[in-house]
Amino acid sequence: MKTLKELEEIRQRTLEEVNLRKDRKGTRVVVGMATCGISAGARPVLLAFVEEVKKRNLQHVTVTQTGCIGVCRLEPIVEVYMPGQEKVTYVNMTPEKVQRVVAEHLVNGQIVKEFTIGAVEKKD
Amino acid sequence: MQDLSLHLLDLVQNSIAAEANLIEISIEEDEKKDWLSIVVDDNGKGMDEETIEKAVDPFYTTRTTRKVGLGLPLFRATAQRCGGDLRIQSIVGRGTRIQIELQLKHIDRPPFGRMEDTIVSLILCNAEIDFVYSHKTNYGEFILDTREVRKIIGELPINNTEVIAWIQSYIREGLNEINGGVL
Ligand SMILES: Nc1ncnc2c1ncn2[C@@H]1O[C@H](COP(=O)(O)OP(=O)(O)OP(=O)(O)O)[C@@H](O)[C@H]1O
Ligand code: FES
Ligand SMILES: [Mg+2]
Repeated sequence: MKTLKELEEIRQRTLEEVNLRKDRKGTRVVVGMATCGISAGARPVLLAFVEEVKKRNLQHVTVTQTGCIGVCRLEPIVEVYMPGQEKVTYVNMTPEKVQRVVAEHLVNGQIVKEFTIGAVEKKD
Repeated sequence: MQDLSLHLLDLVQNSIAAEANLIEISIEEDEKKDWLSIVVDDNGKGMDEETIEKAVDPFYTTRTTRKVGLGLPLFRATAQRCGGDLRIQSIVGRGTRIQIELQLKHIDRPPFGRMEDTIVSLILCNAEIDFVYSHKTNYGEFILDTREVRKIIGELPINNTEVIAWIQSYIREGLNEINGGVL
């Protein structure tokens, strides 16, 4: 059973790490959460990012949401903002694709070109 | 939308867009009365009469600008298909209450789905907003109040991944308890 005591322990254990990372410049992962995004599967994509980031302990990454990104038919859409890089827009995302984006882009800085809006629009 | 938890996630996006900082989600299941009520209360900017009318009218919303209003008409259609309805009460500058009622055992009622994923997604992406989620059945009641969580975690952000994982399991276990394991 999850107890409040456990929550108190998380606080004590985690607080030091949080203070350490405050000054570092971070990467932002933003998931589109308009009605179209949600019905296309934005929630599992969002939670897959959170899960991967937690598993790999990527302290510099924050995952968050936005409303409409503007291209319903390509939802779920994810934008990645990395310091020193242009914004990268990934489209038609799935939890499986998230694994690659985290491993290749967030960890190694290599954009997964085939999932980007540019690559997908060219194919259509 | 495949399930109620996704409808709810979408519905609460409206409260977020309305700049609420306290959002209360209250679900009541009554097997005996065969009734389900889902209420979202927010303290956001509210709507005037005209906006309320536009918001629930599926013809108005779908036939003018493409962007206006899919969320409410979709949820309303789901409720009506299950012998219920969606109602809006709102006061400009004070907040909004959306209530969805429907027949619990209606054959078309979508399943709840992963409520814990919806709540956790909301908290994760909106750390500055407080959420209260209460869920009542004939067997008991579960409540999660982020203000209570914040008291315990102190200066640790509520969207910290460990805290989020804890909340997710806490909700799952709480719901299992008031459902005897079935949703
Ligand atoms: N809680 C609320 N507070 C204030 N205004 C609201 C609220 N809920 C809905 N509205 C108003 O009603 C409109 C219609 O809402 P609805 O969810 O149907 O569509 P939308 O949010 O505009 O777009 P979509 O849901 O398709 O992404 C909103 O644009 C907003 O103006
Ligand atoms: S309404 Fe679909 S991306 Fe904005
Ligand atoms: Mg909406």
